Amino acid sequence: MNVHLRWRKFVSGFMLTMTGVCAGISVSVLFLILGYLVVRGGASINWAFFTRLPAPVGEVGGGMANSIVGSGKLLLLATLIGVPIGFLGAIYLAEFSGHRMAFIVRYSADLLNGVPSIVIGVFAYGVAVLPFKQFSTFAGGFALGLMMIPITLRSTEEFLRSVPNSLREGAMALGASKWKTIATVIVPAAYRGILTAVLLAFARVAGETAPLIFTALGNTFWSPGWAQPTASLPVTIYNYALSPYEDWHRQAWAGGLVLLSLILVVNIVARGILARGISVSRS
Amino acid sequence: MHASVRPALSVNIPPTAVTNTATGQTAALTLRMTISKVNFYYGSKQSLFDVSMGIATNKVTALIGPSGCGKSTLLRTLNRMHETIGNARLEGEILLDGQDILKQDVTAHRRRVGMVFQRPNPFPKSIFDNVAYGLRINGSKAPIAESVEKSLRHAALWDEVKDHLHKSAYELSGGQQQRLCIARALAVEPEVLLLDEPCSALDPISTAKIEELLVGLKDLCTIVIVTHNMQQAARVSDFTAFLLVGQLIEFSPTPQLFTTPTDPRTEAYITGRFG
Repeated sequence: MNVHLRWRKFVSGFMLTMTGVCAGISVSVLFLILGYLVVRGGASINWAFFTRLPAPVGEVGGGMANSIVGSGKLLLLATLIGVPIGFLGAIYLAEFSGHRMAFIVRYSADLLNGVPSIVIGVFAYGVAVLPFKQFSTFAGGFALGLMMIPITLRSTEEFLRSVPNSLREGAMALGASKWKTIATVIVPAAYRGILTAVLLAFARVAGETAPLIFTALGNTFWSPGWAQPTASLPVTIYNYALSPYEDWHRQAWAGGLVLLSLILVVNIVARGILARGISVSRS
Repeated sequence: MHASVRPALSVNIPPTAVTNTATGQTAALTLRMTISKVNFYYGSKQSLFDVSMGIATNKVTALIGPSGCGKSTLLRTLNRMHETIGNARLEGEILLDGQDILKQDVTAHRRRVGMVFQRPNPFPKSIFDNVAYGLRINGSKAPIAESVEKSLRHAALWDEVKDHLHKSAYELSGGQQQRLCIARALAVEPEVLLLDEPCSALDPISTAKIEELLVGLKDLCTIVIVTHNMQQAARVSDFTAFLLVGQLIEFSPTPQLFTTPTDPRTEAYITGRFG
């Protein structure tokens, strides 16, 4: 009996330690990456990194200004494509569609969300690059926009559904049409959640590399407009990291740090917005 | 605006109520709404059976009965809120000022027949914007600030909120929120105000305030109230309709229904033998 009890205590203690260690490992991976990036990238970051074009091979110095601007343009396009479609689709799903239709759309969105980003890239290559015989910012933004649609759609739908039905009834009982109810009561009540959803979708695609390799390609110079290839942070990091030059490795670390900081900031802002509460009491 | 003056005798009002004209108490009674032979279905389940009754102008009509008797359903048909439910179907005729409500534009109709719900449901906006909501969406030409003040006064809420109209409506207490919802409904100057157990989520003091308010609102509009609380029906209403499993059992002037009910089922219910 006593032996049995001690054995059980040992197992309990052992398992507790194991679960604690595993939890610790999962957290420490993040902090290891962060720490490593800050140390390696932090040492390489300087003003020139944000303001200068890449230096020619063999020269030390230069920066990733064109990649930063390129990423900005790509993400702007992606947001312009992904957010309106995801948002309006979510309104249809949450407010209009029947069970069957909602099921189909929701299921498709989940599938689209699960499509590997490289496949999205190949698809965008076929649709937006081949016909124009030109890699372009447009094609890159299109690929990233496709990836934003399902994320925006699903989370916006969740937040719209969480608005109590009594608010819909209250507005309609005052003579508001369905569209007016949605525009003046439902969406304002859910706007914090929707904003969070958009930010998270944005952060999700900001670091995507695969869809851009086939579409925006990359560029060592400024991209003059929207119909030409453009540099972007993830692709430039990828190219630099694979290169045999020490100075490019250094810059790749710096680029990684900038990208991660951007994503981290967006995530923290999104959490902050959500933590201030959904503007509707969920009674 | 006003109903054509029609004698109470000519409409589908149960004989018990009609006899009331003889007492002189309701000599000038006109009907704002008439409900004729209404059958109502949720899918294949029928929840109202051949209900006919009149809603007297500038009076309070109470609908009472046990849970699931169809009183809320009947109330919701009066401003066509039942249409927001997918498989609901209404047969029969409901008239407002002599016009078939089912043939009117639904948003225009709901502007004329306002509604207050069981739980206070203010919008996540300021107190002012809540009351102004109906005016704004309807593109009202009336000066909004004045209408808001007037409505809040009618709902006996003005003195409590006049110094912080731009605070969120969620900062008000439950009873204040419900009066805000009443003000919001009054702002569009409805001819009929429907209240669906407006006090069921409120404490006794808030309830008393709202009851007091309703009696005063009679001059402004016609009121139909669904209530679980028989004392409440007795206190605030002029006419009371008793419903049981979707049927209108008895419809009489309130004092008569509570003192000398003609149907044994009504008597059983009001004396607390069931429900």
